[in-house]
Parts: sequence; C-alpha cells; structure tokens
Amino acid sequence: MEWDWAFVAEITPTLLEGLKLTLLITALSAVVAAALGLLFAILRRSKNRMVAGPVGLFVEFIRGTPLLVQLYFIFYVLPDVGILLPPLVAGVIGMGLHYATYTAEVYRAGIENVPKGQWEAARATNLTASQTWTHVIIPQAVPPMIPALANYLIAMFKETPLLSAITVLELMNQAKSVANSSYRYVEPMTLVGVFFLAMSLVSVVILRWLEHRYGRLGK
Amino acid sequence: MTEPIIRIDRLDKSFGALKVLDGLSFDVMPGEKLALIGPSGSGKTTILRILMTLETITGGHIEVCGEQLYHMQKAGKEVPADEAHLHHMRRHIGMVFQHFNLFPHKSVIDNITLAPMLTKAEPKARAEARARELLEMVGLADKAKAMPSQLSGGQKQRVAIARALALQPRIMLFDEVTSALDPELVEEVLLVMKRLAAETDMTMLLVTHEMGFAHEFADRVLFFDKGRIVEQGPPDKIFTTPTHERTQTFLRKIIAAGHRV
Repeated sequence: MEWDWAFVAEITPTLLEGLKLTLLITALSAVVAAALGLLFAILRRSKNRMVAGPVGLFVEFIRGTPLLVQLYFIFYVLPDVGILLPPLVAGVIGMGLHYATYTAEVYRAGIENVPKGQWEAARATNLTASQTWTHVIIPQAVPPMIPALANYLIAMFKETPLLSAITVLELMNQAKSVANSSYRYVEPMTLVGVFFLAMSLVSVVILRWLEHRYGRLGK
Repeated sequence: MTEPIIRIDRLDKSFGALKVLDGLSFDVMPGEKLALIGPSGSGKTTILRILMTLETITGGHIEVCGEQLYHMQKAGKEVPADEAHLHHMRRHIGMVFQHFNLFPHKSVIDNITLAPMLTKAEPKARAEARARELLEMVGLADKAKAMPSQLSGGQKQRVAIARALALQPRIMLFDEVTSALDPELVEEVLLVMKRLAAETDMTMLLVTHEMGFAHEFADRVLFFDKGRIVEQGPPDKIFTTPTHERTQTFLRKIIAAGHRV
C-alpha cells in the first residue's frame, strides 16, 4: 500500500464537488429539521388529543427506526405509490424529517425550561398569546437551545454518507466511485475522513463557544 | 351610592378533588385597600390568581368594573368568557407576584414599557417617560438601563410594581410580595406600597403574612380559612379583638413565629 500524492491531486477536485454537495444537503436538511421540528413541538403541545396523540406516535415511530431504512423507503418504496423524488430531494426530506424528531425534543425542553412565572407575568400584563410567544417565551427559550441544535447539526453532517445509498453524489459517494474506477481506496477514503474530521473539529470549537455563550439546557 | 368595583358571588374553586374556595362571596369598593390573611392553603392567593385570570373557576360569578369576568352574553345566553373577553377584562387589573417574574432578557425600563407599547399602542417616547416617572416613584431612577439579574430582590420587586402600574389598572393585586425577600429588603418594598396606597385611589388587594403591614395598609382585613371568610373587619378590630376563635389561634401562632402585629 503506497500513498500516491499525484492521485490525491487528481481526485481532490471531484471530492470537493462531493463535499460541496454534502454541505448543501446538511444546510437544507437543517432548515427542514428546524422548521418541521418546531411544527412537531407545537402540535405535540396541542390540547387537542386528536392532534397531539398521532403526532406523538409519528415522532416516536421516526425516532425508533433507522435513518437508512427511512431513506430507502422514501427513495425506493414511495415510487410504487407514484411519488418519485430526485435523490437529493429524497435525501433532504429523509434527513430533515429524521432530525426534526430530535429538534422537536430540543424545542420542547427549551420551551418548558421557561418558568411558569413568565407566562403568568405576560398574562398579568395583558399580552396576547402571540405577543407572549414572540416577546417573552421565544427570546428566553431559544438561546439555551442553540448548543443542542448545533450538536444535531454536526451529527447530521456526519450522517450524510448514508445518502450514498440512495445515489446522492455527496462526498462519500464521489469517493466510492473514484475508488471503484481506479481500484485505489486508500487515498479517497482517507481524504473523506480528513474532510469530515476537519469540518467536525471546526464545528466542535464553534459548539463549545456556543455552549459557553448561551449555556446548556437543563442547567 | 357607589357600586362595588369587585363583586364575588358564591365562588367555587377546586383543584381536582381538593376544594380551595367554597361558595365565597364578598364585595370590594372602589379605592378600598383590602388585606387577605389566613393560614397557607386557605385560598387567599387563589382568589388573586382567579381575579388575574391565571386560574379558571369551578362555579360562581365575579363582576369586575361592572362586567362579568368569567362570563359573557352570547345570543341572550350566559356563556363562559372567551380569551378576547378575558383580554378585555384584564386591562382593569394588575398583579405583583411573590417571585417578581420580571422578564430577565429585558432591561428594567423595557420590562416596564413592553406591555404599554404592545397592548395600548403607546409610543415609545411616552411609555419611557412614564416608566421613568414610575422608577422615580419606586426609588430606582438610576436603574433604568440595568438588567434584572443585576438587581437585589427588593429592587426587582419595586420594578415589578412599576411594571404593573405602567398599565394604569384600576385594581392592583399583591401576592405575598415580600415573602421571597431577605428580611432587610422587606422594608423598602413596603415603603413603596405605603406611598402608593396613600397617593392613589387604586383598589388594592393584598395577600400577606406581614401582619404589621396589613394593619397599617388596609381599610379592611379578611381572615380566610379553608376557602371561606371566617371573619372580617377594620384592622384594629381584627388584630386587637378578633371574635372568632380560629382568628385568635392564627394570630397567636403568627406572633409566636416572630411576625410583628
């Protein structure tokens, strides 16, 4: 086994293409997870059991099954019922949905973390429900959520190689195809590892800073 | 003759199987300063919370400023009040809490101006001018830009009083406002309240364990036990010659616990 720098130079542009797509998928999935998670959290808080119940069940179901299985389902099974999604869209939906069930939990904890007295003070000063949310509850609930949400962002980023299973040409898939056509695995796979490690290290530093800046939930 | 500003009529309140208020009735006249005293669990805080619409009621009626608080008319029938009606009624009432409940992410002045700007569409300049007057009144003119976390308990409570006053309610509710304070900070809060009572014609309901203060502050004292009024009257009467045995026992215990009467 030899390390071939010339080969590294040759494949790096292809892998960077993959990395770009990986970052794009992470960003899009994060938006889906953040928005959908908020929706789940709000629906689960609903006083109507016909809403809160099924949503809760759905969330548990998604959490209780592997992301890979969900991706296969969205990409290979849904076409059987006429829903044909491009790989990237299927991947973003799959990742976003899966992680939404986790972000929902972060939102819930964050909202419950705001003391009851704050709701009462808002009511006693006659704020409406939407004023209470926007001026009192959300500004207090969100900062402690940020480190936890960032944590899931990193986790999501590291799970993007799963999308290679549904033909998305992200970093891992690019590396695999390069490796398969040249019969050399050591450089592509090492580079994939290095890319992920580099991104993760940067993220961890940012995360530590966020935790320092905003504190942690449940503290 | 003037009409009562609050009319409580056969009010019931239960938490599950626990009956907290039991057919409670009393009136409060405009400008009256009322002290509600009694053992913990006697329902006195619950009354304030019900008046502030922080609880629901199990039965009975409450009238505030001539309107039903928890009921409204719809197609000639009486129905439970909806959120819009409660919002409409809440503008009459302000409340100061035991644990202050200031908004920790807002500065002192923003705590005070938030509600007037949002609920009364007051322009920022006017809301702030009024807030500064109120801070002056509670002796915290220099703390306008401070954050709540930088204040002592007594200062926080004085800001909370200013915040409630900023909405200019006709009725103010004080729920054990000195109970969470260190003893040396109690006086500064009571002083503010005494001045307030002397200078305004606001109706005030006070739940307290400070018997000395209740004596000085109130026009009328209501002694509660088990969700009912056991005895009521002018403070001189209640504190010096209570007729009911339960009132006597309660006051004896309070004195034994080191509270001033």
